[in-house]
Parts: sequence; C-alpha cells; structure tokens
Amino acid sequence: MKKYFKTGLAAIAVAAVFASTAFSAEKVKVGVLHSLSGTMAISETSLRDVLLFTFDEINAAGGVMGKMIEPVVVDGASDWPLFAEKAEQLLVKDKVAATFGCWTSVSRKSVLPVYEKHNGLLFYPVQYEGEEMSPNIFYTAEAVGQQAIPAVDFLLNEGMKKFYLIGTDYVYPQTTNLVLFEYLLSKGVSVEDIGGGLRKDNAGKVISAGNYTPFGHSDFQQIVADIKKFSASGDACVINTINGDANVPFFKEFAASGITSEDCPVVSFSLSEDEFRSLPAKDLVGHLGCWTYFMSIDTLANKKFITNFNSWLAKTKVPGIIKKDRVTCSPMVLSYNGVYLWKAAVEKAKSFEPEKVMKALESGISFDGPGGKVTTQKNHHLTKTVYIGETLETGQFAIVETMKDVFGEPFLKGTFKK
Amino acid sequence: MESVLSRIRGWLLLKDNSDLGFLALLFGVMIALPLGNALFPDGSALHVSSFALGVWGKYLCYAILAISLNMLWGYTGLLCLGQCLFFALGGYAFGMYLMLMIGELGSYGSKLPDFMVFLGYEKLPAHWKPFYSPTFAILAAAWVPGLVALIFGILAFRSRIKGVYFAILTQALTYAAALLFFRNDFTFGGNNGFTDFRFILGADIRIDSTSRWLFIASCLLLFAVYWLVARILETKFGKIQQAIRDSENRVRFSGYSTTHFKVFIFVVSAMIAGLAGALYVPQAGIINPSEMWPAKGLDIVVWVAVGGRGTKLGPVIGAILVNLLKSWATRAYPESWLIILGMVFVLVVLFMPNGIVGLWAQIKARWSKGRLSKPETTVAST
Repeated sequence: MKKYFKTGLAAIAVAAVFASTAFSAEKVKVGVLHSLSGTMAISETSLRDVLLFTFDEINAAGGVMGKMIEPVVVDGASDWPLFAEKAEQLLVKDKVAATFGCWTSVSRKSVLPVYEKHNGLLFYPVQYEGEEMSPNIFYTAEAVGQQAIPAVDFLLNEGMKKFYLIGTDYVYPQTTNLVLFEYLLSKGVSVEDIGGGLRKDNAGKVISAGNYTPFGHSDFQQIVADIKKFSASGDACVINTINGDANVPFFKEFAASGITSEDCPVVSFSLSEDEFRSLPAKDLVGHLGCWTYFMSIDTLANKKFITNFNSWLAKTKVPGIIKKDRVTCSPMVLSYNGVYLWKAAVEKAKSFEPEKVMKALESGISFDGPGGKVTTQKNHHLTKTVYIGETLETGQFAIVETMKDVFGEPFLKGTFKK
Repeated sequence: MESVLSRIRGWLLLKDNSDLGFLALLFGVMIALPLGNALFPDGSALHVSSFALGVWGKYLCYAILAISLNMLWGYTGLLCLGQCLFFALGGYAFGMYLMLMIGELGSYGSKLPDFMVFLGYEKLPAHWKPFYSPTFAILAAAWVPGLVALIFGILAFRSRIKGVYFAILTQALTYAAALLFFRNDFTFGGNNGFTDFRFILGADIRIDSTSRWLFIASCLLLFAVYWLVARILETKFGKIQQAIRDSENRVRFSGYSTTHFKVFIFVVSAMIAGLAGALYVPQAGIINPSEMWPAKGLDIVVWVAVGGRGTKLGPVIGAILVNLLKSWATRAYPESWLIILGMVFVLVVLFMPNGIVGLWAQIKARWSKGRLSKPETTVAST
C-alpha cells in the first residue's frame, strides 16, 4: 500500500511538473507600467484598460506565436523613482518580454536607464518632446513633427500671421516651443509676430520662447489680456501646450474676455477626448486639436475598434474599471498599435528576445490601426497620419484636415534654418 | 562573552543592549547581502540580485531620513513636514556631480547635461563648476540643507514659532522650493530633474559591484546616524532635547536658551537628511522636484508614526516596513494597494499609539491588566 502511495505521489509530481511547464510554455509575460494612482492616474488608467483589452483580443485570436499574453500590471503611482523600481522588477523578477507604459516624460526618463541596463523593451505611447532615442525604447508617440509642426502648417495655410506661444513650464512645452520658434522664423514669420516673450542668454541666443505658467496655474487674466492685445489684428492664433487641469481656467478666461475661436483660434496638444471626460468642453468649442487619431474618424477599422473596446469593457472583471461613457483617444490607440506592432515584430523575428524584436521593428513593419496605417521607422518612431480637428461641445473633434504619412523625427531642434 | 560585549559597549559608548543588537544586525546585513550578490550565481537560493540590493539600499536611505525626522519630532517635539526638502537638496547636490560625470555620453554628445543643451546653454553655469569634485558634492549634500535649516531655524525659533505653525511653515517651505525647482530656468533640469547617470567615483553605475558598494555605504551611514542618535540620548544634551519636547517653557525658565538647542538639532537633522538623499539618488536613479512635494514630507511622518515616534528603532522599522509594503502591494494589488496601505495606517493610529515598537509594551500592559486586574498602565500618548 505504502509503495503504491509513493509511486502515485511520484506520478502526480511528474504530471504536475509537466503540466506546469506546458502551461508556462504557452504564455508570454508582458509588463504594463502605468500610474493607477496619484495625479496621473486619471489619464494613465485608460491606457491600462486599452492594453488589457488588446491582450485579450490577441489571445482570443491565438496569441503571439502561439503563446498567450499574460499581462503583469504594476502601479507606478505617479511616483518617478517608483517607476524605475517597478520597471526593474518587471525585467528582473517577472522577466517580461516587453513593457507597455509611461505617460509623462519624467517617468520615461526615470525608467530609461533601467531598460538599457537590463536590455529590455519599452513601448512609449504619448506625444512627447523628442530629443531622445534610446536603443531600448520604441516611441509609438507623436513626435513634435507630427503634432505641433503640422498644426502650424495648417494655421499658416489658413492665413494666420501671428503666433502666441503659451505652455506649462516643463520640458515638453519648452522644447516644442523652441522648435516652433525656429520653424516659424524659417517660414518667414517675424520675431515680433511670435508672442509670449523670449528669454535670451548673455550671448543674446534665445533659450526659451513663449509664456510659461507653473503646473495647476489658475490665474490667466493677465496672459489672456496680453493675447487679446496681440490678436487685435485678427490674424493671430495661440499655440497651447498647457498641461492638464490648468486648461480649464485658461479657456474660461479666454471665453470670458470675449475672444472667439473665429478671432483667434487656439490649438492644443495635450487635450484629447479622454481629457474631456473630466474637463468641460463648452469653452473650447471651435478651437483646434491635433493628434494622430480622433475617435470621430469615419472608417470601418475605427468603428470596429470602438465597438470591440466597449463590449470588452462591459464584460471585463478588472476591479475598479470605469465602464460607462468611455471614449477612445490618441494615446490609447498608440498603445493599441504598440501591442500589435510588437506582435508583428515578434512574429517576424521569430523570437521574443528584445534585441531581435527591436531589429524587426527597425526594419519597417506596418499595421492598419484605428487611426490609419502606421509604419515603424529605423529611428524607433512611427510614420503615421496626422489629423486636425475642431472641438465640439460633446468633447469630440470634427476633423478638418488629414495629412498622410508624416515621418516621425525626434531631433528637430536646430534643423530649421531661415 | 560578557567581557567582549561590555568592551564593544565601551568602544561604542552605548549603554543599551538593544542598540548593540541592532547595530550588530545591521553590520551582519552589510556583510551578508553584498556577499550573497557577489558569490552566488543567479538562480541560486542564496543569490541576492542587484535589484534587491538597490531596493534595500533605498529603504536604508529612507530609514536614515526617518531617523532624522524622529530627532526633531520624536525627541525635540518639532513636527517638521518639510524633511523631504533637505533629503532632496542633498540628492540634488550629489546628483549634480553625477550629471557632470555623464560626460559626453548624453543624447547630444556634449559635456553639458542634456537639459542645458536643449535650453541652449553653451557654458556650464558657475555654480555647477565645483560639482566636478565628488568631495565637494558630498559636503554640499550636507551643508546646503544645513544652511537652509540654519536660516529657517533662526527665523522660526527666534520668533518662537511652535507646534502646528512650525509644521505648516515647513510644509510651505518645501512647497515653495518644489515650485522653484520645477522652473526650467533655475538650471536644475526642471520637472525632469536628473536621470540617466553613468559613473560614480569612476565606477560604472550600472554594474553589480557599484550596487554592492552603494548598499554598504547606506549601511554605514545608517550605522553612524543610529549611533549618533543613541549616543546623544545618553548625554546631558539629549536630556535637554527631550525636556524641550516635554515642557519647553520650564527648560527656558531654568536658564537654557532653547532657541540655540532647537536650531542646532534642526541643522544636524537637515544635514543627516541631506546625506541620506545623496546616497539615495544613485540608487533610485532619479531626482526631480516631486521629491520635495509636501506629500513626500507627510510620508516620512507616517513612517515614523507607524514604527514608533520617539523610539530609536521605530523610525527604522517604520520606514522599511511601509516601503516594503508599498513595493510589494504595487505589484501584487496594483488596483487596491492604496486602500491596503491606508488601512494599515488607520489601524496603527487607532490601536497602536506607540507604533510597532510600542506594541510589545502595549501587549504586556494589557496582559498584566487582564491577569492581575491592575489599573491600566498608561501608555504614553503621543
């Protein structure tokens, strides 16, 4: 009896080992590194949601090279040193094949050395300032040349002569505006027609262009008065890189001062459909937005994406997920594209090894996403379609301009000459 | 055995056996963990990953920071909500050295830090130049926070600002500093701060041996700071320090200038926090103004309260335990970890007024009350 018991036990053990190896062989771990708490949670949680949806969609269709994606979700908690710690944990402890994550530039800067040290692979999905190209990061994000520059081109075409630059004082607005400053000069706009003020160093070189306010600034009276004076000629516009909540008092003040979007349109780069879930859109009606995706894009692929996402939301059991009144926006779609591009690259490289996957990405892979076709470039950015839209009361955008196949270039500063 | 113990006690000038116990444990950890990292290969049960070393090195820096707050809040009765400022200033001072050591490996291949290049600087600003010297940077990590504390302390304590007013002022101070450091033209990298360090004292910062040395340095600093606090408590100075906490007016009427004592302790505490920050930055890999955010100052207060305010071991235990819990829960329960952490804090505040360290005394008091039905021993309230 005892003997049988022993063999039985051994058999069970062997079976268990086989089962567990077979089980693990069918899975591939990927990391999801976003802030689910803290100040950035309101934006980043949506990216977690869309990533989980994408993994389920891919798994339902057979996974990646026959393996099911097993997401490892961690919370960066809007805490930048914690981002670095979580990134290292994902790479060292969980040994994830790829990570999808980060929103703010500072979180990306915080994890960059970690991905380089452990030779990991990170997909970064949010519009950013460029001036960076890590061998271990793939930027599905909009570069400055895919948002600010096309927007300025559009406004120049509309006959705008004067440009007022305003932003929150951090690296993305500062860099974007410096690039725009050079770009506007190269397009023949004179220095006097670029509003917001310039700061020069001792040698007289411009080191900062535009008017900057701190995070969460609420008193825009003076700035709006300044814009009103600036736009009196009727051919002026505002390039707005104000971040997050501070947009509400800005647009309130703007509307209260009596300037309309007809007199002086404002084009914003940080406000997407998802932000309008919490910000009122009524003061922004008629003003412009510029992204590489809008929810209002009228294609079959986009409609299918939105329907599938919503039906996934209705079914999902992720704790605390918001199911009602959800929208889709560019960072979400760029996260979605990132996963599919990773899948395509893995299948092309026939390997999950980050180095080989990155090589495959560099070789040029296309994916027909909800925002149109995107193609990976050698410089770790995407060629994609840029859209300009007019804000509607509903928080949606009516597309007024489409620019196909815009190249993603991270290093733009100093490239525009008069 | 007894003679060895008493000899060590004599060397360290400490009377309390529990202090010796903790220092011995710390010494053991300092030797064992780096050895586990160096000697055993990845995959072995005894292997300590450099990731683990880095995380624990960070916890130790937090522990030192908590001790520095406990010097003020636990032993002198000064609730400082801006301790994170001194920590961050120390971090920035050493971070400046680390930024300069990147050399030409940045995105632009310039000798200047990247953020200066894209803001168009062509020369290193004068106040950055001395930070090529690691000695200067380490000293600055102590004296810059010390100087801020000295000026603020003199102004606050001479005007006899106390209690909640002092707490609010320190919070305002760190908030103001954070806003200042957020500004790009303040030449400290704005919101992004300093990242992507490459070399420290000539060694590659990304290799394992550097992680080991940083961990050992963190242990040594914790050792020294713990010893200092324990030693001060055994001197007359320590008695006055605690007397100020318990009844400042009586101390003053006894002829002591409490202002001088308070300023001195405030400055020492700030310098310790600054040094902890200097060791923290190479291990965390980033310093930016969010380290000065008032919420971070509150975090430190929570660590001390959870561990046990006004005890030598409490801040160490609190800082390590809370951060360990945070590290674990943000991976295991990313959706609900804040609720878990919040509940722990509420439970500690409600049921453990003396923190984790005071738990044993609390249980003993409850026990003896139950058995002998003695009147409840009052657990000193905070």
